Amino acid sequence: MNINQIMETVKMLDDEKLDIRTLTMGISLLDCCDSDGKRARARIYEKIMRLAGNLVKVGDDLALEYGVPIINKRISVTPISLIAGASKDENYVEYAIMLDKIANELGINFIGGFSALIHKGYTTGDHRLISSIPEAMRVTERVCSSVSVASSKVGINMDGVREMGKVIKEAARLTADRDGLGCAKIVVFANAVDDNPFMAGAFHGVGEPECTLNVGISGPGTVKVALEKVKGADFGVVAEVIKKTAFKITRMGQLVGMEAAKRLDVPFGIVDLSLAPTPAIGDSVARILEEMGLEVCGTHGTTCALAMLNDAVKKGGIMASGSVGGLSGAFIPVSEDEGMIEAVEKGALNIEKLEAMTCVCSVGLDMIAIPGDTSAETISAIIADECAIGMINNKTTATRLIPAPGKKVGDSVEFGGLLGRAPVMKVSEFSSNDFINRGGRIPAPIHSFKN
Amino acid sequence: MKAVLTVIGKDKVGIIANVSNLLFEKDANILDISQTIMHEFFTMVMLVDLSHINISSKELTELLLEKGKELKVSIKMQHEDVFNSMHLV
Repeated sequence: MNINQIMETVKMLDDEKLDIRTLTMGISLLDCCDSDGKRARARIYEKIMRLAGNLVKVGDDLALEYGVPIINKRISVTPISLIAGASKDENYVEYAIMLDKIANELGINFIGGFSALIHKGYTTGDHRLISSIPEAMRVTERVCSSVSVASSKVGINMDGVREMGKVIKEAARLTADRDGLGCAKIVVFANAVDDNPFMAGAFHGVGEPECTLNVGISGPGTVKVALEKVKGADFGVVAEVIKKTAFKITRMGQLVGMEAAKRLDVPFGIVDLSLAPTPAIGDSVARILEEMGLEVCGTHGTTCALAMLNDAVKKGGIMASGSVGGLSGAFIPVSEDEGMIEAVEKGALNIEKLEAMTCVCSVGLDMIAIPGDTSAETISAIIADECAIGMINNKTTATRLIPAPGKKVGDSVEFGGLLGRAPVMKVSEFSSNDFINRGGRIPAPIHSFKN
Repeated sequence: MKAVLTVIGKDKVGIIANVSNLLFEKDANILDISQTIMHEFFTMVMLVDLSHINISSKELTELLLEKGKELKVSIKMQHEDVFNSMHLV
């Protein structure tokens, strides 16, 4: 290895904000079920503390030894509706409180899995969990919630879509003193994945092993800097540069993830090779798109640029790791990306363009603040559109909207930290009420019948 | 375990002497060393064997960070696998 390669790595880490975004331990809670909710929660506490007791320490040790920042240590658990459903409890807020207590004691920043999977229909536990979400988001700090309402295999549960619009409105109302922060921890999914290490949508799927360690990498800054060196080159060159960079980033993630799994004595799960931005300067996906030649992210050509970026990242990453999973691609969360925020404020990026971009990115409409007086039905309709994109295109789509209480277009909300700052974006003023109030299930799409 | 040590900063007398003396005191064996001026900055890369060091690698990393502050250069020590995994297919 030559000195240039070594210095390239050092520069990526020091100047280009390359980091491991998250080490996420997935823990199955299926054996914690109990008819008595109190006993179930005691088992949950015991199991997570036992398996994840060393998670933060191992992460910190590795960061020092490898000289690679590991930003977050997190936990995902089996969807709580499945666990709590065995108990006689009618309200599941206590489960969220227990998860929050665990997260606090372990020193992890988020715990995901206050979740329900209702893409084809509700169980009793699902009903109870979903109606507990707004209050759970009010009283906890580190618990993340997600609900799967659609999939390419079964269609869209429109009753669930309708209810989630109301849940989001209610969560915003209950956390109005924090600009609706509760909604930043609620994700509505189509084609949810079982091994996603990123929040707020992480949960430990039922097909997953007892305990596993997944790693989410990042590095938009590194890709942008690499592209700066090929200004004016054609897209063949651009794709090649992105692939090579994604390869290097992923290799580092795989190395750290496998070593962490070894030290924690759990099987290594997957590398999620996502480009996940943060609000920091030099850590933006929007700036990569602009580096490709767009004046501002959101102008015509943005969807194409993002499609190419997403594809090249996957190709480079898949070559680099034996076990790729999660969401793997480019994230476009508005509030968490300094370039996206500026694009919205310049008037270059609107919700319609973002929706188009979600057809080709790895997730969906993410961390978008909308006016506080947006109706529950309109929120449901936005969710329905995203679900349709996911269902028809066989991809994951997520919706994380914040109807910021008392705010209107032109205002902005500040969540701080990784969640960033969101300018309030305009939504259509025309009604979707009758559409959403139909309810029922949109049948599985024709291409799901492959068997 | 082998580690890669990188030193970047403004050139001055005694950087190599100071760093290698610290490594010597802690029984770290320097296997390879190369040095260049990159973009006007003094840049040194060392491959170091830490198998027989008399303190933990964590402590050594911290001592090197301190030494860097004293010399007003950036010193990093990282497990060699970081570089191998990134650059070797």
